Amino acid sequence: MAKTPAKKEEVGTTGHEWDGIEEYNNPLPRWWLWTTYATIIWGIAYMIAYPAIPLPGGATPGVLGYSSRGEVAADIAAIEEMNAPLVARINELELTEIATDDLVGGEADGFAYNGGKAVFQTFCAQCHGAGAGGFVGYPSLTDDDWLWGGTIEDIHTTISYGIRHETNLDTRISEMPAFGEFLSKEEIADIVEYVGSLSGINEAVATEENEMLFLDNCAACHADDGTGDRFAGAPNLTDFIWLYGDSPETLIETVTYSRAGVMPAWEGRLSESQIRQAAVYIHSLGGGE
Amino acid sequence: MQHTIKAVLLGVIVLAAAFATNFARDLSYQVSAIVIILWAGYLFIREIGKIGNAPTPAETGYMDGVVRAGVIATVFWGITGFTVGVWIAFQLAFPVLNLSELTHGYLNFGRLRPLHTSAVIFAFGGNALIATSFYVVQRTSAARLFGGNLAWFVFWGYQLFIVLAALSYVLGASQSREYAEPEWYIDLWLTIVWVAYLMVFAGTIYKRKEPHIYVANWFYLAFIITIAMLHIVNNMAVPVSIFGSKSVSLFSGVQDAMTQWWYGHNAVGFFLTAGFLGMMYYFVPKQANRPVFSYKLSIVHFWALIFLYIWAGPHHLHYTALPDWAQTLGMVMSIILWMPSWGGMINGLMTLSGAWDKLRTDAVLRIMVVSIAFYGMSTFEGPMMAIKAVNSLSHYTDWTIGHVHSGALGWNGMISFGALYFLVPRLWFRKGLYSMKLVNYHFWLATIGIVLYASAMWVSGIMEGLMWREVDAQGFLVNAFSDTVVAKYSLLVIRGVGGLFYLTGALIMAYNLRMTMIGAGDATSKEATTAVPAE
Repeated sequence: MAKTPAKKEEVGTTGHEWDGIEEYNNPLPRWWLWTTYATIIWGIAYMIAYPAIPLPGGATPGVLGYSSRGEVAADIAAIEEMNAPLVARINELELTEIATDDLVGGEADGFAYNGGKAVFQTFCAQCHGAGAGGFVGYPSLTDDDWLWGGTIEDIHTTISYGIRHETNLDTRISEMPAFGEFLSKEEIADIVEYVGSLSGINEAVATEENEMLFLDNCAACHADDGTGDRFAGAPNLTDFIWLYGDSPETLIETVTYSRAGVMPAWEGRLSESQIRQAAVYIHSLGGGE
Repeated sequence: MQHTIKAVLLGVIVLAAAFATNFARDLSYQVSAIVIILWAGYLFIREIGKIGNAPTPAETGYMDGVVRAGVIATVFWGITGFTVGVWIAFQLAFPVLNLSELTHGYLNFGRLRPLHTSAVIFAFGGNALIATSFYVVQRTSAARLFGGNLAWFVFWGYQLFIVLAALSYVLGASQSREYAEPEWYIDLWLTIVWVAYLMVFAGTIYKRKEPHIYVANWFYLAFIITIAMLHIVNNMAVPVSIFGSKSVSLFSGVQDAMTQWWYGHNAVGFFLTAGFLGMMYYFVPKQANRPVFSYKLSIVHFWALIFLYIWAGPHHLHYTALPDWAQTLGMVMSIILWMPSWGGMINGLMTLSGAWDKLRTDAVLRIMVVSIAFYGMSTFEGPMMAIKAVNSLSHYTDWTIGHVHSGALGWNGMISFGALYFLVPRLWFRKGLYSMKLVNYHFWLATIGIVLYASAMWVSGIMEGLMWREVDAQGFLVNAFSDTVVAKYSLLVIRGVGGLFYLTGALIMAYNLRMTMIGAGDATSKEATTAVPAE
């Protein structure tokens, strides 16, 4: 049965008029009014159920006993309980054993690897890149060129205490001098030319004078043959990997003013098991020794 | 005598600003002081020239010069704001457009973003509100604007505020309060201008010849009064030096966050909703030539909206240090706000009942109807996003940006365009607009632009939210933040293209309005109506 259409009654206006505009005397639309009431009733119910009314001594807690902090804490507690045996296992193993352990080892589905990846993506990717490929001034972690060593113990130490993180007593420290203070511009240019010849990034032929300059000023840390010293965090100068770039201008800037990148210490901010997981993950990226 | 007093006052301002220029502690403050010297200096010379002139007889009739100026300013700042918006949209997709090497960071995203938001909300939206409120309050009160040249002070004072604010952002002075970035001295100036605005508007209502105050004026008045209150409380700060930009907020911690979002949400509620509803309540019935649907609904939804909006701010701080009870308050009030907001939509749309056929022929009315539809959509989306469960997904994502822009481009932008198309022929005494065809192009470009923009941001936002919260079976996060940045690249490009559509539409409008102003429209309409005998 088709409903008879509502009679089109002409509702009067209020009788006022402004610049030709009038207003009808239509009542409030029914559905509008009832939806308004429904939202109000829902609002009252919600305020009974959840923390709502601030009173001296604290707000009403609501009959459900909900709190947003409690909700997060419960989520975290559930996960921590589930993972507790695995975390304990990571902490009791030798660092070198973790990756091959039956319980926490393995890639893709391994607890240590996955946890390390999550830590890396949250805390490390900002500087080292999501794929750990690095940027200018931030080393790639996927190759075998390590400033401070690439064994899993070395990586664990670097993550824990950071590099030149002044407030951490165990941090890795070294300081390249700003040679602009001792050497002339010509001497620095000569050194840069010599360094270039070591790795073959330029065609220059090493002369005796600029080799002497290198041996006098640089070899103490970078070694006589330029292969660097991981104990001092002194980079290998004989390969094609250049943290700040390999153009002559960049190298002159490096020698003149020196470089001193900083990495934060994660000890205290991450748990020991998280640092161990991150070390496992980074060690697995291709360059681990 | 009056000119002498004014000249002395302006001279003092020039001297004080010169003093401030000399002692300025930072570039932004110094440039502001120089702008003030130029502005006050120009007025000083003008007043000097007027000394000794016989007082000009008071004009009668409606004061429309200031409305005409407001219309031009609205179009100018609109185009500016949209252009900066398109630019920063593409900066997000292509960071090289920050041009950091070339501009030394002066034009990077961080400085242009507040420039964009302030330009569209306060410069474009604010001028549209001031201009239309001056037009509407005179017509619906049957009275000339109160206070003589005070209306002109409001107009030029507001433009000065915009220029000072824009320069300060680019030069690096910001108090880092969203939508309230200008530093203390600019805030003080805006306070003076705003009080003058309130005096002009309320004074005109006071001397009205109509027995009742029309609903549009309730909304305009609520907007002016509440913005004054919000502006003063949110910007309470102690300047570090009277000769420097920097100031320190009076609030700290979560109280500071709550004050900011109490302001921020009510800037949306009273600037972008109440004010623009005032616009809607005049221009829609005028353009449709129909009575407003329901007087009763307008009263009930006005008071419900005013009462509820002011509590909804905490929904911007769900799952933060804000106490749970305050989050509950914000969420509950936002949900109850849904129907009162829709009251405006119902009254707007139902006003067209019996006149729906006009949509086929009247592109201006079509723009207004689309704006009301977007208003309805965003005032549904808003309460929905205020629900904590939804908010936990949508917060901090592009969904919020999409929501804001479906409201800003769809509702605020379109209703302003409708009002501009209505006003220009009447204010410049033309028979009609230069070209209805161009209005039609504008309508389609803007509508498609908004759809591209909003849908790209919805997809991008929901994707971001899902990626951020994705954890594996062991409870580890699956994605890095940078993974989400990579994933939304194509959507950021689509968003920029949507903005470009919208900007193009606005440029067409500017051309159309300009041609109407210089009278080209009358010539065209003569050609077009060939059926009318020549003589």
